[in-house]
Amino acid sequence: MRSLWLQVAAVTAINLKSIAQRRWLSLSTVIAIALVVIVLLAFLAMANGFQRTIAGSGADDIAIVLRAGSQAEINSTVNRDQVRLIEDGPGIARGSDGKPLISPELYLVVDGIKRSTKTKANLPLRGIGEQGSELRKDVRITEGRMFNRGSNEVVVGKALLREFEGLDLGSTVSFGATRWTVVGVFEAGGSVFESEIWADLNVVQSLFNRNNIVQTVRARLTGPAALNELKSYSDNDPRLKLDVKSEASYFAEQASQTSDLIQKLGWPLAIAMALGAVAGALNTMYSSVAARATEIATLRAIGFGGFPAFVGTLAESLLLAVIGGLLGAAATYLIFDGVTASTLGGNFTQVVFDFKLSPLLIGEGVALALIVGLIGGLFPALRAARLPIVEGLYAN
Amino acid sequence: MTAEHPMVRLAGVSKRFTKGKETISIFDHLDLAIPRGDFIAVMGPSGSGKTTLLNLLGGIDRADAGEIAVADHRIDGLSEGELAAWRAANIGFIFQFYNLMPMLTAAQNVELPLLLTRLRSKERAERVHTALSVVGLADRVKHRPREMSGGQQQRVAIARAIVSDPNLLLCDEPTGDLDRQSADEILSILQLLNGELGKTIVMVTHDPAAANYAKRILHLDKGRFVERELAA
Repeated sequence: MRSLWLQVAAVTAINLKSIAQRRWLSLSTVIAIALVVIVLLAFLAMANGFQRTIAGSGADDIAIVLRAGSQAEINSTVNRDQVRLIEDGPGIARGSDGKPLISPELYLVVDGIKRSTKTKANLPLRGIGEQGSELRKDVRITEGRMFNRGSNEVVVGKALLREFEGLDLGSTVSFGATRWTVVGVFEAGGSVFESEIWADLNVVQSLFNRNNIVQTVRARLTGPAALNELKSYSDNDPRLKLDVKSEASYFAEQASQTSDLIQKLGWPLAIAMALGAVAGALNTMYSSVAARATEIATLRAIGFGGFPAFVGTLAESLLLAVIGGLLGAAATYLIFDGVTASTLGGNFTQVVFDFKLSPLLIGEGVALALIVGLIGGLFPALRAARLPIVEGLYAN
Repeated sequence: MTAEHPMVRLAGVSKRFTKGKETISIFDHLDLAIPRGDFIAVMGPSGSGKTTLLNLLGGIDRADAGEIAVADHRIDGLSEGELAAWRAANIGFIFQFYNLMPMLTAAQNVELPLLLTRLRSKERAERVHTALSVVGLADRVKHRPREMSGGQQQRVAIARAIVSDPNLLLCDEPTGDLDRQSADEILSILQLLNGELGKTIVMVTHDPAAANYAKRILHLDKGRFVERELAA
């Protein structure tokens, strides 16, 4: 057994040391595999960044109340009576003044201009109740101040400001028939709320003619377990045809729809490219076996078995694949990680997010590279193991 | 004893090649016995079967019929794995173009056959040193093939062939790629291995001057030994 492993080690070392003799062909394979990994990881980083932005926005102890069957805030309506009934519902936390900690909210789509492309895009304008900002994690005004209640003032999310023009602090913007002044910039821990514009609920309702209607109600629960109390309260009252979800699960659903779509685009594209890379790897490895035919045959004549030749060839292919995979991952990290982009979210408005690579995603990319290397090396390795000695000795 | 137990015995060996629709017979019931300690040069025109004979003796090609025995060991019925193990223990190959691994040093090349044994690293290193000393290259252990002349590379190949102390050395045109002086040096080493260490050597060559270093010359033509003579 020791001898077998010595043989394997020797043949593998010979193979790996001889890669330099086939440097251009080997390099082309490495680059092809790296490109596959870049494409895959770019999509996965996009999906991951989007998911982290959306899914990271929700809390377990915040309930979000929507019209029954609504998939998103944009197609939900909750009337004033229902808001009052929710206020009296069980499991809702109350402030020191005894008032329930809730925020009825109106979610509207307004136009914005992307800085990068100068094209129009849908932006979310959210009218929030008095408690609106307190019901969200890590909300902090970073520039200017919070809007005054009852005025045409807005505060803009940091991510939105970065990606869209005309929203700078102090500027005036037109939404619908009304002009608004940007009085503050806020951050919200990198969550989806940083892609929104916030204003006073009553003003938004008034100026957009939605006086008796909101789209959602957010409520701070006494604890995550209180969600079920509020749910059954809503289910058992015929006046409340509403869905009650935790904010965390609502955003998880929202995130999975879009990130699934991104992944469903990314994987097939990467796999299609991987097939091309497999062809390249096969070509490289068959060339490698052909170039080393005399060496392989000489070793076999000396007494080495076919298995070391098999392992050595496969190891060469896998090494090229790993190098390609790591190169692709490094390139993706340098080119894409942290890059800000925006895309349509579940509410048909732009969500600004950062591409985010993770060790798990890099692992997936390298695993795909290894699969390419494995398939690309397997058949040439079998050929190396089965190469007739006489044919190999006189091949070159 | 030697006549009864030759180092190499071929009995009724036949070998054919198929080329397209044509079948070419290389050997048809060939018989041969080579005593232990012999040094034979096999000569003959191209296509006469010299290299095929060497391949059959070395167990890297198979006969279509007949018996082949080396050192009292029938090899014609062995599996591929058994043949590989047998070659490792019994055969040293020396090729025309040396067939060294270009990325390995002289010592690493010579060590290759020892990786098939149970020897420890230190013992392997000692044997490598001895083999390289026999061929006069003890000072070139760390040189790679491209850093050596053709004659030196062939000496490394000889060291690789003898390092595991095989019974039989098979040399395929060992001087075919060398100038006269280097060829004479290589042939002198083969003579030394035969004369001093008792190695049985079968050498295929086109070169009459090289053949004269052997004890016997066998002429092969159309698959038959047509002439046998003792070297002067």
